[in-house]
Amino acid sequence: MTYLKAMRPEDLLKPMPGGLCSPVGGFHVDPTRAVDKALITHGHSDHARPGHGAVLATQETLDLMRLRYGENFAGTTQAIRYGETLRLGGAEVTFHPAGHVLGSAQICVEAGGTRVVASGDYKDVADPTCVAFELVKCDAFITEATFGLPVFRHGDPNAEIGKLLRSVALFPERAHLVGAYSLGKAQRVIAMIRAAGYDAPIYLHGAMETITRYYVSRGINLGELRAVRDASKAELAGTIALCPPSALQDRWTRRFPDPVSAFASGWMRVRARARQRGVELPLVISDHADWDGLTATVAVTGASQIWVTHGAEEALVHWCTLRGLEARPLGLVGYGEEDETPDGDVSDGSEANTGGLPLPSGER
Amino acid sequence: MNRFAQLLDRLAYEPSRNAKLRLLTDYFGSVADPDRGYALAAITGALSFRHAKAGIIRALIAERTDPMLFELSYDYVGDLSETVALMWPVIPPPPARSVPSPACGGGISAPTLTSVVTTLAALGKSELPAQLAAWLDALNETGRWALLKLVTGALRIGVSARLAKTAVAALGDKEPDEIELVWPGLVPPYTELFAWLEGRAEKPITRDPAPFRPVMLSHAIEESDFASLDPADFVAEWKWDGIRVQAVAGEADGKRVTRLYSRTGEDISGAFPDLTDALDFEGAIDGELLILREGRVQSFNVLQQRLNRKTVNAKLLAEFPAHLRAYDLLVDGADDLREQPFAARRTRLEALIAKLAEPRIDISPLVPFAIWADLTAPRADPASAGAGADAGAVEGVMLKRRDAAYLPGRPKGLWWKWKRDPHVVDAVLMYAQRGHGKRSSFYSDYTFGVWTAGENGDELVPVGKAYFGFTDEELAQIDKFVRNNTVNRFGPVREVTHEADKGLVLEVAFEGLQRSTRHKSGVAMRFPRISRLRWDKPPREADRLETLEKVLNGRALGSVQPSPLEGEGGERSEPGEGSL
Repeated sequence: MTYLKAMRPEDLLKPMPGGLCSPVGGFHVDPTRAVDKALITHGHSDHARPGHGAVLATQETLDLMRLRYGENFAGTTQAIRYGETLRLGGAEVTFHPAGHVLGSAQICVEAGGTRVVASGDYKDVADPTCVAFELVKCDAFITEATFGLPVFRHGDPNAEIGKLLRSVALFPERAHLVGAYSLGKAQRVIAMIRAAGYDAPIYLHGAMETITRYYVSRGINLGELRAVRDASKAELAGTIALCPPSALQDRWTRRFPDPVSAFASGWMRVRARARQRGVELPLVISDHADWDGLTATVAVTGASQIWVTHGAEEALVHWCTLRGLEARPLGLVGYGEEDETPDGDVSDGSEANTGGLPLPSGER
Repeated sequence: MNRFAQLLDRLAYEPSRNAKLRLLTDYFGSVADPDRGYALAAITGALSFRHAKAGIIRALIAERTDPMLFELSYDYVGDLSETVALMWPVIPPPPARSVPSPACGGGISAPTLTSVVTTLAALGKSELPAQLAAWLDALNETGRWALLKLVTGALRIGVSARLAKTAVAALGDKEPDEIELVWPGLVPPYTELFAWLEGRAEKPITRDPAPFRPVMLSHAIEESDFASLDPADFVAEWKWDGIRVQAVAGEADGKRVTRLYSRTGEDISGAFPDLTDALDFEGAIDGELLILREGRVQSFNVLQQRLNRKTVNAKLLAEFPAHLRAYDLLVDGADDLREQPFAARRTRLEALIAKLAEPRIDISPLVPFAIWADLTAPRADPASAGAGADAGAVEGVMLKRRDAAYLPGRPKGLWWKWKRDPHVVDAVLMYAQRGHGKRSSFYSDYTFGVWTAGENGDELVPVGKAYFGFTDEELAQIDKFVRNNTVNRFGPVREVTHEADKGLVLEVAFEGLQRSTRHKSGVAMRFPRISRLRWDKPPREADRLETLEKVLNGRALGSVQPSPLEGEGGERSEPGEGSL
């Protein structure tokens, strides 16, 4: 059956309690509950959940889900390449690079001459560990707003790596412990440290080994990596080690000599947030677009409707309205920062108060 | 400006004194003149320019941002300078990009710290907003933040002037006191100071008529020390609970100069004009700054009320009259007495004080004794041993060798402090909080309580908080107890089991008690620390609030609260840096 009349964006994708649903295509995008057909933008646990009937995603996202959830994370799986188009029900879907983490995609849904892009999480700056964000012209653009306030300016991430390396040089008897999300951020930080010319071994917390090895298997050169658990305290002096953010205050840190606690995150831009975490060396490095990135991207998609989800929606909606763009918050629940609870061996179960960052100003 | 901004940024997050020193020394050693000198001036509070008011900054941002976006942002960040620094629009606005943004905005080159400081000093009030805007356009986020902190005069990076001078001293392997000695004659950007420290020039000469001399400090005496000491070699005097100061007076070009220094050499004359006006002699007196009312020494608590004031007005001067109680005489007229023995200096001091006949200055009396045991009574009950009505301000006694010269620093064996015994109370651990820095994986800050009658029988009421006094091993034990006995979590704080027969009893030592309206218990402890873990004691046997109230009503109490006028590593005991 063909639609002669142009379709409304809501017919292509609409917010439902379980996530974005495509009435015309018969699938969900990043559903927060188990569904028959799920299209997954990327492997972070708030977007990629186990238990769906059929999952369509990039090969990397499927691999990462398998690593995290085991072989039976979905009934069936199908891999799709960037730029490849598939027909699903009455819609055509295409995956485009989102620049967020390895395998991350924006999902373009098109039917009846109307095009909606669900961007998932994205960033518009260079990242040596994933394919760069690709601009897709569309009628309705669904944007994240994790850092949707004008105070979030991520700046030059290489300068932050420089800050880390200067500190390592200045405190050669201490270990530098860098908290980083275990999928994406950790590997990007390592790659940037390597690009800055640091070639000593980098140590990994057990929770990030599997995913990091996977990145390496996909041809991303991260230099010599070692497991923290195999190293003595004395060996760890003067080294850089990466761990999930929640491990920064864990008893696990006691195996390091006088560690400097660093945290690589866009949240580190705001001092109160860094202090709250007891971070000594905040590194403003984010895998999400900052305010300038969000507004620049929204402007160039050509979309006349902007749907804003997970984050500081109010400010971005207000900005769109000032620009004469039709914008609304989607009010989807269940998305946010990648779960900070580490995947593996960090905790002995007694560290329940190291969860997500408490958000001021009534977010979430 | 960028290097300075990076330094401030790093210091603002760094909890450890040693790490701060390393960062500062690295900065002073790697940044060229005159920028580093102006940085030193900024950190030591030696810069003088009219500070920008928040209103100017608000107006600048209001011209450039949407009001709702500003309000949402300010609400989120909570600090005006930081909000403005972060959301200041970059000109031209960055395009959709795949390249990192440049380190400074707009392609205009960032101003140097020197140009900022020298421009500010010469700038008219009406020119300030435009100049600020131009600088903000040229700096990145951290640079803008540092600039706004600098121009508003609110650096707040947890670095004292003393610490900065210590870092500078390290450049030339000098003691910080040597810097203090030359400091009064120096002005920003201190090029001659750096030249001397780097071995490129002679030591700067101070022509200050009232210079600071490094102070002599004491060691706390231990039981085991007495065996090797002969009481006949020593005199004893009261240790007063005030602020150790050095009062110096001299003359230059026919003008009298009088100064009051803290024991780290900071000039605190501005806060005590009543006392500096009374320094009608030529020389340098080492003594204790006290508040006297009707001839009686007031508690440290009263003194503190004067210390914490920004402005000194007539009412404050009348209500908190400053007094100098002299211990020692370093210089008398043209004679430097520091090489002479204590006994000789004491004789000169007695003569000087008698000649002065100044009600604001008196001499600290000696405490007679023949054998060590004779000092037990004065320490336990100073009132009946000659301190009379001033006993409440006695912290203990000082023992000084009769033949000791006045030596800078803390020479071994010459001066000893012998404090009064602390109070101890058995209290029950109620809450524990994570520490910072090295202790961030430990629950190391403890709130403890004692029993009091409540509506439903006895209940524990918090009476204090302590975060030191225990060994590293005890810390590990308490940490384990906290983790295994948590009943509630509030962010970084855990509530632990504290029932009549389940919980941990801590023996807490403290120097004194004050009534407090801020605490539910009505009392606040001074200088509490954990002296022992009482694993053997069930919580029901811990002390009651009534016990503390007896202390409150009993002898007047000393205090050892740190004061802003005291430098690091001082005489008052502090939580040690070395242990966890």
